[in-house]
Amino acid sequence: MSLIAAWGLSKQFGDFTAVDGIDFEVERGEVFGFLGPNGAGKSSTMRMIGCVSDPSGGALRILGMDPSREGTNIRSRLGVVPQQDNLDEELSVAENLYVYGRYFDLPRSVLRTRIAELLDFVQLSERASDHVEPLSGGMKRRLTIARALISEPEVLLLDEPTTGLDPQARHVVWERLWTLKRQGVTQVLTTHYMDEAEQLCDRLVVMDRGKIVAEGSPRQLIERYSTREVVELRAHDQVSVLTDALRRLGERSDGYSGDPLYERVEELPDRVLLYTDHGERMVAQLGEVKPESVLVRRSTLEDVFLHLTGRTLVD
Amino acid sequence: MARTAVIPRPKLAVEYWLLTYRRNWKGSILTSFLSPVLFLAAMGLGLGSLVDAEVGSGRDLGGLDYLDFLAPGLLAGNAMMLAVNESTYPVLGGFKWYRTYVAMASSPLRGRDILLGHFTYMAFRVTLASFVFLGVMAAFGAVSSPLAVLAPICAALCGMAFATPTAAFVATRINADNFSTYTRFVVMPMFLFSGIFYPVSQLPIVLEQIAWLTPVWHGVRLCRALSTGSGMEWELIGHLAYLVALILIGTLIASRTFTRRLYE
Ligand SMILES: Nc1ncnc2c1ncn2[C@@H]1O[C@H](COP(=O)(O)OP(=O)(O)OP(=O)(O)O)[C@@H](O)[C@H]1O
Ligand SMILES: [Mg+2]
Repeated sequence: MSLIAAWGLSKQFGDFTAVDGIDFEVERGEVFGFLGPNGAGKSSTMRMIGCVSDPSGGALRILGMDPSREGTNIRSRLGVVPQQDNLDEELSVAENLYVYGRYFDLPRSVLRTRIAELLDFVQLSERASDHVEPLSGGMKRRLTIARALISEPEVLLLDEPTTGLDPQARHVVWERLWTLKRQGVTQVLTTHYMDEAEQLCDRLVVMDRGKIVAEGSPRQLIERYSTREVVELRAHDQVSVLTDALRRLGERSDGYSGDPLYERVEELPDRVLLYTDHGERMVAQLGEVKPESVLVRRSTLEDVFLHLTGRTLVD
Repeated sequence: MARTAVIPRPKLAVEYWLLTYRRNWKGSILTSFLSPVLFLAAMGLGLGSLVDAEVGSGRDLGGLDYLDFLAPGLLAGNAMMLAVNESTYPVLGGFKWYRTYVAMASSPLRGRDILLGHFTYMAFRVTLASFVFLGVMAAFGAVSSPLAVLAPICAALCGMAFATPTAAFVATRINADNFSTYTRFVVMPMFLFSGIFYPVSQLPIVLEQIAWLTPVWHGVRLCRALSTGSGMEWELIGHLAYLVALILIGTLIASRTFTRRLYE
């Protein structure tokens, strides 16, 4: 049986529907992601899973229990990393772990060893007795992750674990999450970074405006909703001229295979994307079309999102 | 894997507050000490010498020196002020600035554990400050009955009769906009018109009747009776019941507003 399952789950704030009837299941041991832009309803969903927000409709089962009746029991088996850190800035690093562990009624002796292990795990042992306030964003995020692990949770919920961190700090966090995954900790995370979703998630759903628009592994999603490669053509002022030229070009077929030259064209404010399985071949046949620069790359989840919603993930 | 469910208890939440208290208890005790020293010196001794000369320990003060009359009143009033402080900004901060409650809410603790934890800590703070206050009163020679050792408990009840409904209200606020209005136009008038500085019988009858409804008047009557040892047994039970009832109602409402805010 899946660890978490939702059917037609929804969340309403007044007249506004933040989560609009979504279905998903999370299996034991997997890393499951919600990928979506700002306001997609990721946090609202995570808060319902974390049993700190009552669903407005649908059904939710977590660890086989109903959150509206057994919220306390469920929460005792979850670890939560909220989108907004809520560490106690005036307490020390170790004290933050200690008080949080006490909320779970963990005995002092157990906490003492666990705090040492966890600080080691998130590479904060040297800062154990320092106050939290002056720590860097990445350190605070790691401390919040350590705090979520204090009760040895069966499921770890991470709401945008690396938003706002610099690339190096993100990698440290990712690396810790991979380690947890190898240890078999089930993780549910949200992100609006497609590279994060690709790096971390076994399976994910793409969310937009409260709805799930696609579901699968990163690879499956790319195969299903995008081509193997993408040709990016830049043209600062005349994107629409470029698009028109490319559309006319698209009426021809591929000189090698006889198939259509490309599958799709997407126009963005500063560039045009051509979706094709053979990028270099496409570039070779651009002919009269002369963009400022041309780049061939692999498809990513960003392209999946663009295809599904007509919008980019991060604007 | 078999795991025993955690039994959530307010006690677990209190531990957090005590940990933060450990960091600033010295300053907190010093304030609890200085405040009655200043008040009793200025008003009890300074103003009191005038009052005693004019009124001559008269019948209006129930045969008491002004200092003996004032000190237990201030004990209750001080507890009220402290409780209001503890139940406004720190409570909103728990939801909004420090997000202490939010962190607690993601643990097995429930809304009512979180709130009872904080209320217990507030009661502890107010009780402690009230005992320090009593100590200062004794040093000023303003205590005339051994029953006075119970007065700080009554002062703390008076404080909590304010703190619980205040916290219940604060939990519905998005920002601190109304807090100064509340202290200036609700709490301050109670401090001034509820029998701390003079018997409410000196007031026009309408104001006197309003004063009877305020928790602080009941607290003042209790503290004064205990500190001076002047009987009024049945009346005392009435005062106690009134304060306890307010605390229960306040806690009940706070339990709703806290839960709604934390688990919306
Ligand atoms: N407590 C609330 N009251 C009213 N509206 C809310 C509340 N919480 C969220 N919303 C609205 O619901 C929508 C979804 O919000 P949510 O925080 O779930 O999005 P998100 O996907 O997490 O976005 P972000 O990437 O910005 O964190 C937003 O439009 C938001 O304004
Ligand atoms: Mg969010």
